[in-house]
Amino acid sequence: MFTKQSFSKTLLFAALAPVFLSGCNWVVMSPSGDIAAQQANLIVWATILMLIIVVPVIALTFWFAWRYRASNKKATYSPDWDHSTHLELVIWAAPLAIIIALGAMTWVSTHQLDPYRPLSRIDEGKPVPADMEPLVVEVVAMDWKWLFFYPEYDIASVNELAAPLDRPIQFKITSTTMMNSFFIPALAGQIYAMGGMETKLHAVINEVGVYDGFSANYSGAGFNGMRFKFHGLQDEDFDEWIARVKAQGENLTRPVYKELEKPSQNEPVRYYRSVMPGLYDKILNRCVDPGTLCMKDMMGGHQHAGHQPAKAEHHDAH
Amino acid sequence: MSESFDLGKLIFGRLTLESFPFHDPIIVATFIMVALGGSALLVAVTRAGLWGYLWREWFTSIDHKRIGVMYMILGIVMLLRGFADAIMMRLHQAMAFGDSMGYLPPDHYDQIFTAHGVIMIFFVAMPFVVGLMNYMVPLQIGARDVAFPFLNNFSFWMTASGAILVMLSLFVGEFAKSGWLAYPPLTGILQSPGVGVDYYIWALQIAGVGTLLSGVNFVVTIIKMRAPGMTLMKMPVFVWTSLCTNILIVAAFPVLTAVLAMLSLDRYLDMNFFTNDLGGNAMMYVNLIWIWGHPEVYILILPVFGVFSEIVATYSGKRLFGYSSMVYATVVITILSYLVWLHHFFTMGSGATVNSFFGITTMIISIPTGAKVFNWLFTMYRGRIRFDVPMLWTVGFMVTFVIGGMTGVLLAVPPADFVLHNSLFLIAHFHNVIIGGVVFGVFAAITYWYPKVTGYKIDEFWGKLTFWFWLLGFYLAFMPLYVLGLMGVTRRMSQFDDPSLQIWFQIALVGAILIGIGIFCFLMQFYVSYRKRDQLRDETGDPWDGRTLEWSTTSPPPQYNFAFTPRVYDNDAWWQMKANGYQHPKEGFLPIHMPKNTAAGIVIAGISTVLGFALIWHMWLIAGLSFVGLIGAIIAHSFNYKRDYYIPAEEVATVELQRREVIA
Repeated sequence: MFTKQSFSKTLLFAALAPVFLSGCNWVVMSPSGDIAAQQANLIVWATILMLIIVVPVIALTFWFAWRYRASNKKATYSPDWDHSTHLELVIWAAPLAIIIALGAMTWVSTHQLDPYRPLSRIDEGKPVPADMEPLVVEVVAMDWKWLFFYPEYDIASVNELAAPLDRPIQFKITSTTMMNSFFIPALAGQIYAMGGMETKLHAVINEVGVYDGFSANYSGAGFNGMRFKFHGLQDEDFDEWIARVKAQGENLTRPVYKELEKPSQNEPVRYYRSVMPGLYDKILNRCVDPGTLCMKDMMGGHQHAGHQPAKAEHHDAH
Repeated sequence: MSESFDLGKLIFGRLTLESFPFHDPIIVATFIMVALGGSALLVAVTRAGLWGYLWREWFTSIDHKRIGVMYMILGIVMLLRGFADAIMMRLHQAMAFGDSMGYLPPDHYDQIFTAHGVIMIFFVAMPFVVGLMNYMVPLQIGARDVAFPFLNNFSFWMTASGAILVMLSLFVGEFAKSGWLAYPPLTGILQSPGVGVDYYIWALQIAGVGTLLSGVNFVVTIIKMRAPGMTLMKMPVFVWTSLCTNILIVAAFPVLTAVLAMLSLDRYLDMNFFTNDLGGNAMMYVNLIWIWGHPEVYILILPVFGVFSEIVATYSGKRLFGYSSMVYATVVITILSYLVWLHHFFTMGSGATVNSFFGITTMIISIPTGAKVFNWLFTMYRGRIRFDVPMLWTVGFMVTFVIGGMTGVLLAVPPADFVLHNSLFLIAHFHNVIIGGVVFGVFAAITYWYPKVTGYKIDEFWGKLTFWFWLLGFYLAFMPLYVLGLMGVTRRMSQFDDPSLQIWFQIALVGAILIGIGIFCFLMQFYVSYRKRDQLRDETGDPWDGRTLEWSTTSPPPQYNFAFTPRVYDNDAWWQMKANGYQHPKEGFLPIHMPKNTAAGIVIAGISTVLGFALIWHMWLIAGLSFVGLIGAIIAHSFNYKRDYYIPAEEVATVELQRREVIA
């Protein structure tokens, strides 16, 4: 398939041909979401930039090693030559130049691809339509499964995630206990899921498919099974998926949640047709049990409505 | 009251018969092997009547050379353990596909990857670099010992004590199942109530005391004990990198101690530094541990940068190119290593500006590092390069390390890190720099300085075999991991579904086996060289036409290193002395003031091991007693006034003349 990063990728292929030839399912390098595609592109360009200096260094190492071998008496031997201002200038300036270029690239791309930043485009040359609201998905990493809330539809699911094509998704991510990392390589880069804190990720999926999602941060005994499928669906298929969840699921009430909260491994997919109001917020603020004080209400957190826990607000400030 | 008082619990704490992992056949088999091997060794030592010799000449020795050798032996022993873990993981991952769950229970697998990381960093790489510095720094600066010889012995035994605790965890209880940096909340008491994390904490705390004290020791030694004429800018580069490393140790290790102490308070006294509740925040731990952890990687790599600088100059028969830029590069790296820790967790969700700052500072480190690589290159330029084994390691390092550096800078670009973080790409990267850098450097150094230590060279055939197996094994074992990382495979997985990944893990297993053969050759080279020691003997003390002061003394150096403190006029001091027709003095010897051996180090560290073990198992009675014993032993040692003696001038004369006679 001919995609936008094909030119730069061809370059890298040329550079690393022998290794890349077998690259048939390198999801990180050929993802299906715009954010991950830009990240892959960045990997390619950063690598090319560095190869400018790395290839000559490796070549020179072999060349000098061969040329100045002791048995080669024809080569010049200057045992006391140990300084050359010009050469030293080049030695420091060459890496400096590369790093200036790479540093600029880093600064710009880090801001552009900041996971907290709402998307401005859904694909190359396709800005987000003015009237399109992102699909909000609230993600909870649990011991050891993933719980996804869809506040727009008042449904939830365990270990299965779906989203319509070309519509920005806003993930709000937290954890019940362990630190995990929410990662769908085909969609976008990962971000940690941490207890009592909320991280955010904005992304969009551009191709229909079933993709792997998992925790990328070891979180104990059931970590290996913290995997889920992410479905990139056409709009009508997505509606169908919602309908299926509504039809097949049970109600996610407090007791059902408390049961789900118990540590378990390799959980099957589960659907919930409705969700107890404010459950995600209570998980985030560690006050699901009745009578517990929510974190956002501790330590003078009453100043304004919708106050996030300290850490989450700190993130939003950027 | 009476029912809460339980003598058994007071003595044995949580240790019961169930604590011994009889249920795991792999561990039982390992235990039987270790027990048999260990008893065989003990019997052999006893029958040879070596205990007295070992005790007097080694265990209680405060000679920096003996301590250096003991560090290296500790490193080699622990390398075998760390590698056993590695090959078990590689084998497991190559098998555990589809319906196969591999051969390791997940519970055991999680301990293995944790132990592998902890052992390789703290008890292999650290003893290796500290051992090299121990042996070589005093010789290179023309000193007779380190500034605090007893402290040096004590530091070694504290490191060994930490290693013993880690080894014990294999057979008594369990080790942490947390990854090598033991992030909470996973390591909190709620999630990890067992003894594994406590083994981790106390092994590192005890070894950390040793490392910190040895850092203090070497900073003082290098600052205060250089031979006359050796100004800072005339120090050999290895001494410079050692100085910077030890400054890093002194500045960074207290952070590790503090963060582990806070984790212990959470675990033992129900505090909430790093819990999810009551205002605790586990991310503080992650920050703090990396504020230690990032300098730590430079603590490991800087000394081997020094080693390569020595080797490349020696075997090129040429002055090191750009000495001062080498020194400045080292200092810049030292300082910058404190400004990059956040790049280990860009994915925590700091803002874009914070992430870019740490990304860019990380990249800046590659400038002085790049300058170093160029300096080594231009040292080879117009040299007469002899490709002895140390030089092979050096060229292997230059090529391999540059690749590892490149993938490292790639990981420093935050948006790229978002897709590569915690993947096998990351694993490949840090093994690329740690094996390609630290391990290659240490092996180069061992081959290079071996004749200085033993008086005979390492057999070249086995040395070369070691190199080639390691080089090939490294590339086969870790290049597939780069590929797997780009396929989105994350680290620490114990089982896989996708069968298309399996081939890459199988290639990596082959690589690991080759490294295993490399380790076998590495051990064989010592045996073969010992057998052929008469052929390989070096009488000159300077087998490689060396440039620095360690080559001016005999091999092995006498206890006092130098009969006369050398005077230094050049940064290649010995090269300059040789050029000016230096003759070893034949008369005028003076008595030499030497520190006396002491058992205090091994005793205090031994009590610390017991204390650590008691704390791990909540054996409060033993913990209390051993703590009192520890304080008592320290006080008793402070009353030991018989700390020094003089080697009479006649004895110095005899030793010197005898040794020089051989050369003449």
